[in-house]
Amino acid sequence: MSISTKIVDDFVANGVDFVTTVPCKQLAGVIEEVESRDAIYHIPANKEDEGMGLCAGAFMGGSRPAIIMQNTAIGVTVNTLVTLTQFYRMPLPMLISYRGELKEPVACQVEMAVHTKALLNQLNIPTYHFHKQEDANELDAILKYTFMCNKPVAILTDATFWGGY
Amino acid sequence: MIRSEVLREIAPILRDRLVVCNIGLPSQELHLIDDQPSNFYMLGTMGLSSSIGLGVALAQDKTVISIDGDGSVLTNFGTLPTIANNVADNFILLIIDNGSYGSTGDQPTYAGMKTSLAAVAKACGCENVVECQAKDTAEVLQAAVDSKKMTIIVCKCESGNIKVPVITKDPVVIRDRFMTAVQS
Ligand SMILES: [Mg+2]
Repeated sequence: MSISTKIVDDFVANGVDFVTTVPCKQLAGVIEEVESRDAIYHIPANKEDEGMGLCAGAFMGGSRPAIIMQNTAIGVTVNTLVTLTQFYRMPLPMLISYRGELKEPVACQVEMAVHTKALLNQLNIPTYHFHKQEDANELDAILKYTFMCNKPVAILTDATFWGGY
Repeated sequence: MIRSEVLREIAPILRDRLVVCNIGLPSQELHLIDDQPSNFYMLGTMGLSSSIGLGVALAQDKTVISIDGDGSVLTNFGTLPTIANNVADNFILLIIDNGSYGSTGDQPTYAGMKTSLAAVAKACGCENVVECQAKDTAEVLQAAVDSKKMTIIVCKCESGNIKVPVITKDPVVIRDRFMTAVQS
């Protein structure tokens, strides 16, 4: 089974039925997998803060949402995470491609990578880092934890996890 | 007519609907005029009223009305293509377009100059776009609710504000009572 299939299987098993995405090359496989599932309403967003608004609404409407995005989006969404997702206490699993880590070919990506964990830490967002494929075995527990505590939770997935470039 | 007068006129239509209301004065005015548990007041996050409302509409069957402003739609322009391409016939976006950033001191917006939000919405692919004058808003909104078609309304009104208190309700209380209204 591909890692993308396994990830989306865990989403579906945890009742995640509304997924918004902003693409990243590393996430192409998992986005394709989300799009292919009947159990998930896939709604591409034009910007990640817009996507978080969609997820907030879907949650209040009775869905279980998730967002898939690149770590550069942390720079875009600080205000939304703080004044919407956290302030109103809403759950939001964030599957994030951790660009700028080992095996990264694009220097500029490193500039955001060095701030990613510090920003998440500053925002008190529980953060998990998938480096090896077996790290994804924790995804099921992470999703259960997210919907238990009603918080945004970050799952950083680096190039080594996705099998490099 | 200014925004608070429009809100006063449409309050009887909003009353029985799920409403997502824009940050700042629009939420404060609606809260003052006719607070309902089915109103979701945005206390932060400028621009996301339409996104939140669309999310609610896609997740369940009740009619959802997002009240937005011209400034906020300009802030989150990406919302219009997303709305156009994810049709929810239980969703109405009411943009109260007073041509200014009302909550921050009535600085002019581009929507009050050359930019037509109705034309932008149409260009983005939204199929039912109605621009109306403030005095006709209630009639247009009721027709949109009755049509059961996703509709974008651009209500052109004058800029101007009334004195209103800030909302001191706890955000989790606002969210919880809204979710209870969704489920009722
Ligand atoms: Mg305005």
